[in-house]
Amino acid sequence: MSMLEQLTNRDQVFDFLAPVASPVDVRHGPILYMEDVNVSFDGFKAINNLNLTIDDGELRCIIGPNGAGKTTMMDIITGKTRPDTGSVWFGSRHNLLTMNEPDIATLGIGRKFQKPTVFEALTVFENLELAMAADKRILPTLTAIMKPENREQIDEVLEMIGLTALRDKPAGILSHGQKQWLEIGMLLMQKPRLLLVDEPVAGMTEQEMERTAELLTSLAGKQSVVVVEHDMGFVRSIARQVTVLHQGSVLAEGTMDQVSNDPEVIKVYLGEEA
Amino acid sequence: MSIIRRSLTSLLIALACLVSVPAMAQEDPGKALLVNLAEAPSSRVEEAINAIVDSGDERARGWLEAYGNNRLSRIKDTGQVVLVLNNRGRDWEIADPLTGENLGEMSRRKLDRVAINNAIRGKLEGIMAMLDLNAADPDVREASARDMMGKVDAALVAPLEARLEKEESAAVRDRIEAALAIYRVEQGDIEAVEVLAGSLHSRARAALNNAAASDNSQLAEAANKALASIEQKLKLNKAAETLYFGLSMGSVLVLAAIGLAITFGVMGVINMAHGELIMLGAYTTWGVQQLLPGQPGLALLLSIPAGFLVAAIAGIIIERSVIQHLKGRPLETLLATFGISLILQQLVRTVISPQNRTVVTPEWMSGSLVINDALSLTLNRLYVMAFALIVFAALMMIMRRTRLGLDVRAVTQNRAMARSMGIKATKVDILTFALGSGVAGLAGVALSQLTNVGPNLGQNYIIDSFMVVVFGGVGNLWGTLIAGLSLGTINQLLEPWAGAVLAKIIVLVFIILFIQKRPKGLFPQKGRAAEN
Amino acid sequence: MATSTTWLLRPLQERSTQLFLGILTAALAVVTILHLAMPEDSALHVSAYTVTLLGKYLCYALLAVAVDLVWGYLGILSLGHGAFFALGGYAMGMYLMRQIGDRGTYGDPVLPDFMVFLNWDSLPWYWHGFDMAWFAFAMVLLVPGALAFVFGYLAFRSRVTGVYLSIITQALTFALMLAFFRNEMGFGGNNGLTDFRDILGFNLRTDATRLGLFIATGIALAIGYVICRGIVTSKLGRVSIACRDAEARTRFLGYRVERVQLFVFVVSAMLAGVAGALYVPQVGIINPSEFSPLFSIEVVVWVALGGRATLYGAVIGALLVNYAKTVFTGVMPDAWLFALGGLFVLVTVFLPKGIAGLLQKRRKAPEKDRSNPQEATA
Repeated sequence: MSMLEQLTNRDQVFDFLAPVASPVDVRHGPILYMEDVNVSFDGFKAINNLNLTIDDGELRCIIGPNGAGKTTMMDIITGKTRPDTGSVWFGSRHNLLTMNEPDIATLGIGRKFQKPTVFEALTVFENLELAMAADKRILPTLTAIMKPENREQIDEVLEMIGLTALRDKPAGILSHGQKQWLEIGMLLMQKPRLLLVDEPVAGMTEQEMERTAELLTSLAGKQSVVVVEHDMGFVRSIARQVTVLHQGSVLAEGTMDQVSNDPEVIKVYLGEEA
Repeated sequence: MSIIRRSLTSLLIALACLVSVPAMAQEDPGKALLVNLAEAPSSRVEEAINAIVDSGDERARGWLEAYGNNRLSRIKDTGQVVLVLNNRGRDWEIADPLTGENLGEMSRRKLDRVAINNAIRGKLEGIMAMLDLNAADPDVREASARDMMGKVDAALVAPLEARLEKEESAAVRDRIEAALAIYRVEQGDIEAVEVLAGSLHSRARAALNNAAASDNSQLAEAANKALASIEQKLKLNKAAETLYFGLSMGSVLVLAAIGLAITFGVMGVINMAHGELIMLGAYTTWGVQQLLPGQPGLALLLSIPAGFLVAAIAGIIIERSVIQHLKGRPLETLLATFGISLILQQLVRTVISPQNRTVVTPEWMSGSLVINDALSLTLNRLYVMAFALIVFAALMMIMRRTRLGLDVRAVTQNRAMARSMGIKATKVDILTFALGSGVAGLAGVALSQLTNVGPNLGQNYIIDSFMVVVFGGVGNLWGTLIAGLSLGTINQLLEPWAGAVLAKIIVLVFIILFIQKRPKGLFPQKGRAAEN
Repeated sequence: MATSTTWLLRPLQERSTQLFLGILTAALAVVTILHLAMPEDSALHVSAYTVTLLGKYLCYALLAVAVDLVWGYLGILSLGHGAFFALGGYAMGMYLMRQIGDRGTYGDPVLPDFMVFLNWDSLPWYWHGFDMAWFAFAMVLLVPGALAFVFGYLAFRSRVTGVYLSIITQALTFALMLAFFRNEMGFGGNNGLTDFRDILGFNLRTDATRLGLFIATGIALAIGYVICRGIVTSKLGRVSIACRDAEARTRFLGYRVERVQLFVFVVSAMLAGVAGALYVPQVGIINPSEFSPLFSIEVVVWVALGGRATLYGAVIGALLVNYAKTVFTGVMPDAWLFALGGLFVLVTVFLPKGIAGLLQKRRKAPEKDRSNPQEATA
């Protein structure tokens, strides 16, 4: 029993946002490495020879028109969709194609969905509680007890995402923007090594967007963050490295200025005539 | 010229005869023959019968049949020989054997039965068979020859051989040869075994079986060999029959499930009352037949549109009153429609009767299509199969070629998008539900020809229908067709060695396991649309 | 060890559970006193027949709680829980059959009457061991649990959910019903198992045994309720709700959704098995009709009427509907199916939260008035 307790308590030893002891091996290069990945649905090629590497601690923005394969790419990384060919590695040790969603999540990849998905019947606090890094097997979950340290940790995140006043309200009553924040908060509770964030600012006010940008940039360095976003203003405000996807493969990569001056990219975004 | 004149003359004479039969009162030769038969003492009856046969009169068979059945009588007062049409009660209905004219009823005391003894009756059968064998219609000849298989005795050999000489129809020749061969095998003729080797008739097999058990080892060996080859053929026929039953059961499943596939595919709702819509269709058939007594065929044809309408209207009522209030809550829809199914069942029990009702099968649907001695296909199943295919084809046309079909497919794939394109999803829902329910009604009309019509009719098919839809893949009509036919066939294949109940259990377990492997059925929808 | 049982003790500190257990205890006590202490001609006397009838209702209540656990908290609408109930019942029935011994019509010391009737000369292998109470009672849990485990393992692993799952659970119980109707199965075919004599040495036909069974059922319901409540108030309960509302999200948080589903499903099946096992000695018979899809789906409407995801609602619903059924089938049997069918429609369309929802609304209404100004200032 004490073994189990140790497991459930282990994460409390570390301070919030401190690097988490993770089995992921990044000594020899990038944290995420995708090579020659192909996926097709009924003959439609959603991902076409995609190659992508994300360095440890990097903040990367991914842009691209609708149907460029951004969401499918995230599905592949998180284990929801299996590619037809190619390889996807997390660090140099973990082949993601052999793992399922919960394993990948436990390993340290967190994901925020395009459409904010929170557990509407549970309170804001409980949403964060479930996301908290812990032993997520059945019996430990059944016998789990909330420790004061856990509570503090959740309160800290509540503060950060500005939902302290709503902590005991069901998540279903939150506004769209608040749900986005709650989901980001859940990601933080997971303490992932790599965050995949799909359209984080959709439905947010200007002010909320600024705070989101602040938060995401502050995470970079300690954790790797991949942001998929349509809002160019937002991308410009946070981006260091930008990758442009088009028809399932990488069209261009570089700083925001570089890619926005790339003739290929301009053609894709503004149409053939331009 | 002379030929024309001569035929003209004879034609005129014939006409004159026709017009003036009563006036001329020319004696019908049949009358004398019958009187002769009626008056003959028992020792000369055979002679009298032969006289009738030899006359070549076309009415002879009818007379002899009536004679054999004790239906030939004489009016005591006039001595006229008459046919008794109905000999129940005090007054018998009689007819003139010469003209067929109905002579009304007459007290049985005024009638004298033309006597017959058992020895004569036994011979009469053979004589009548020979008469049939000489009939003009080859079908009658074939049926008669088939009847003779296993009944040939020494006396019949010569006339049969004579007939064989004259016979032109190959089918009739085969039958006569087989009938003769059975007789010869019984007599121990080894060569005759050869003739029977290909026959599937049970009497031929019986003869061979007897021969195989005989003391004559050569004969037994030959018989065994012939039996083996027959066995082979029988197996093939058995397989064909199983396939036929399987496809027939499958087409019933397709009919029952296809409406469900439409409503489930388009609206994502499980209509547990689907079985009761089938039941309504079956009861509509019964109702229409009650309204049109004595015209089962016409009633059945009218039931097709009527059954469709009744079920479709019931479907619309269900959709408007319940399902539309449960949008996006498929599990609740399932429960609510289950409640409706209970109500409909009880309604039928209360209003009509808890007992089963029989729906009459029209004449053109009863009977069967005979392929050979071991294989005959019942017509009603054949019709239901054809009906299922027609309904399927019609639905395919609606889905592929009409505006409704286009809308339905759009809503199936992406409801929100379809709505934003200006498709009225509500209207599509109503129409789809009406269509799916109407098809259930059609299934009921078809089922009324195969099983009893009762309040539980729908329940018996609902789980099977779901299995078909789940097996075939949601929203895919081809999937439903293939799933239905294959499940029906699998079931029939299993039945001989597992029994009906166990076969059903095996199929259910098979589907439960299949769903684990392919949760979206045989023909799943792929890609983004399927995720939602 | 303290931590490993906290989840089970937690509900005992809850007011709602205390209230539930209090009412249940009071009801058991009142019925017992009225049965034992009141003279038989008194209007307040509770007859042995009524005691058994109430015992039957309590079995149904336990079954309803089991269904609510998977449907209310996990979102799995099982239309086949009657199968687990019936399997538990058959396990108990086999024990009771073996207890008859040579007192059967044919007087065979080992073989039950129906086997003698079928000219069987020995006991089928799966009937061995059922003469021992401990073995039979273990099977009451293990057989339904094992079926739920195998079925659930296959279904949840391939992510079969929603209406698909409901339909195949229905097919499961339907297939079992057909199977148990067969004489060759060795469970008495059509007639099932009946003519029981005694249980653990007590004569089943005495009033005292009947009262004992009634009280045992009440205790089983209390324990079952506390177990379910313990699960739903634990973190695992919140994970279940998470699986119910957003399966994919839960998976991306690192929970193995299929294992959560499997665990809760198996627990629920076992509770259903216990309910069935207590049901059989009280009604005196178990036959394949308990497997009928209609029965399983009826259980769901009890839960729906009482209110999903409340547990106590399931109990209320089971008691109410079954009481109504007893009254209706006595007075006008034809109307019962109309009433039941109407209930399905009314509850789903007009009362999605059931009776519990009505109660909560009433309780919350005044609270809201008080809390609103506070929120405004905050």
